[in-house]
Amino acid sequence: MTAIEVRDVRKIYRRYGRRRQFATLKSALLSGRLVRDLRPDETFEALRGVSFDIAAGQTFGIVGRNGSGKSTMLKLIAGIGRPTSGHVHVRGRVSALIELGAGFHPEISGRENVYINGMMLGLTKREVASRFDDIVRFAELEDFIDAPVKTYSSGMYMRLGFAVAIHVDPDVLLVDEVLAVGDEAFTHKCLDKFAEFRRRGRTILLVSHSLDLVTRFCEAALWLDAGVVRAHGDPKRVIDAYLMDVAAAEDRQLASGDRQAAAVAEAPLAVGRALSGSPGGPEGSAPQVADELPVISTAVDVRASEAPGHSEEPPDMFRAVEGRWGSREVEIVGVQLTGPDGVPAHVFQSGDAVEIRLRVHAPHPVRDVVFGVGIFNADGVCCYGTNTHIEGATDAELHGDGEARFTIDSLDLVDGTYKLDVAVHRENGAPYDYHRLLYTFRVKSRLREAGIFRPPHRWTFSGGVRMSGLP
Amino acid sequence: MLHNLQQLFRYRALIASLVARELKARYRGSVLGFFWSFVNPLLLLLIYTFVFTIVLPGVHPPDLEPFALFMFCGILPWAWFSSSLLEASNVLVAGGNLIRKVLFPAEILPIVTVLAGLVHFGLGLPILAGFLLYYRVPVAPVDLAWFPVIVAVQLVLTLGLALLLSALTVHFRDVRDLLSNLLTLWFFATPIIYALAQAPPNVQGLLNLNPFTHLAVSYQEVLFRAGPFTEWPRLLAVGGGSIAVFWAGYFVFDRLRDTLAEEV
Repeated sequence: MTAIEVRDVRKIYRRYGRRRQFATLKSALLSGRLVRDLRPDETFEALRGVSFDIAAGQTFGIVGRNGSGKSTMLKLIAGIGRPTSGHVHVRGRVSALIELGAGFHPEISGRENVYINGMMLGLTKREVASRFDDIVRFAELEDFIDAPVKTYSSGMYMRLGFAVAIHVDPDVLLVDEVLAVGDEAFTHKCLDKFAEFRRRGRTILLVSHSLDLVTRFCEAALWLDAGVVRAHGDPKRVIDAYLMDVAAAEDRQLASGDRQAAAVAEAPLAVGRALSGSPGGPEGSAPQVADELPVISTAVDVRASEAPGHSEEPPDMFRAVEGRWGSREVEIVGVQLTGPDGVPAHVFQSGDAVEIRLRVHAPHPVRDVVFGVGIFNADGVCCYGTNTHIEGATDAELHGDGEARFTIDSLDLVDGTYKLDVAVHRENGAPYDYHRLLYTFRVKSRLREAGIFRPPHRWTFSGGVRMSGLP
Repeated sequence: MLHNLQQLFRYRALIASLVARELKARYRGSVLGFFWSFVNPLLLLLIYTFVFTIVLPGVHPPDLEPFALFMFCGILPWAWFSSSLLEASNVLVAGGNLIRKVLFPAEILPIVTVLAGLVHFGLGLPILAGFLLYYRVPVAPVDLAWFPVIVAVQLVLTLGLALLLSALTVHFRDVRDLLSNLLTLWFFATPIIYALAQAPPNVQGLLNLNPFTHLAVSYQEVLFRAGPFTEWPRLLAVGGGSIAVFWAGYFVFDRLRDTLAEEV
């Protein structure tokens, strides 16, 4: 038996167009077509022909990005809105945990609000009375129930709202992203309550960004994207498909970030000046570095300081934000990250083989060349940094075009966003071309480990220890 | 429509609780509390008495003495009418969160506003009764039997207009501003601070088109004037019209119902 039946549902929202302001009361009343009389450019299609069934007793999850139509779908099922076309049919009493405590009046007591809220959600006064003690106990508000709701903390407010809604004891429970209402203990209590609902054969529809929750709880899931069903079925597979799509989207986003970074790199002078002109650096060390550097460059090669591409190094490397500087005797003309299959990418799985490719160009022969790479996490902590000099390279030489590849066989970083430094410089550190934090990549991991670095590892147990599920 | 009314009946306990909440919440935190329901009309009466007996003495004919009492018979129901409409025009917008997030019949909100106004009106009645006793105005029991009928007619009329205005305000926020001006005009176009007979005959014809004229005259005849209640045919006509207004108001509300959650 199906509890919820959604057939080819479309929902078109109006946008506030200019034309609306000229609509008069009279014309609207006479024509009676406030909704239909619209031009297409003033509408937004939140749902475009969505169909699915939810069997009675099933726990069903809807996932999707922000603005994909999840909440609209939920509202249509709750009966708060009506589909523009198609139909939604729900069997049994529905309770929607959409906004907790909507309709609470701040001036009156929690007790009175429980009664009114319960009646709004469809209970009779007697039904509320018989559940009142349970509600208050569940919300843990025994001591405050007679105080006006305006004196409640937001957590208390939400708890009371949740307690009332859940005690409506619906056949179909709609939950929209409300589990973050209280502390850990309360969240557990809510999950227990959901589990109890399941045991009693009630239908639960869960809209959540917590994919973990959907995989753990739901028997089926639906992925909505821009108002269209992209996948429907086994939650694990639906969520994997969704995650892959999210990764692809992030990749596109980071790629466009790189194009912007390249644009920054195109204007190195402006960046360099802005950095060296910034007054933030510690007075002691900054002038020292600034004084020292030109001396070195002039001593080795006079042209360096006069080169047209030259820009100044920031006074303090560790305070530096993204930018590009150096003498440009050697220039990094292209930076590319490629994944295991050799395809350029920005999103990797933890443990992937990754290659960083630097295409360089030296107009004149150079003998003092060091390639360097640094990986920083989102907090700015250097996760790893190395260069060819540290690793003992000798007899370096470069003329014309060339490529340097830095291959990481296994990218053992934890989930997160990372930034990349790449540089070509002299052995003494004077930069030819330094790209500071200009490139971004993301590491994905299904595990939620802590820290920065993920050493290859395994667990082994002996004696009385039994455990399964580990890779 | 009948189905809607049936559903409203199911929600009567909620409506009752919401009216009670409305009244409680309104005066929570004020020193006089419920007494404001008595004090407000008294103060209003004081102002009009000052204007019409001290600033402008003698503009009213002697058969309207005591003039304060005459005015009070009209001001009290008018206060209910005008404040209900003003609040109802705003009630859906103010309760937007509720309409967007909770499934329940939205018409409950304007209905609660009007009913809360009715309770305030009821609380003002003891003051009116006190004045009637003080001035020893003879009130015929037969006339008094008409009083609930007048109130019922006014209730239906106010409910119809409140439903209409509340739904329209969601779509056209101008209604609120328009309404407050319209109500000022409406007040002076109703024989409340003057008697209908004082107006020139051609203006009287115009005033007769105003449904509240007949309500006000009915209140005055029943409570203030001696002699039989002669306004009843017109009152019943207004009653019939009020039912039509209620029907039309509810119809418009129902038509706009689906758009309320989106527009609010």
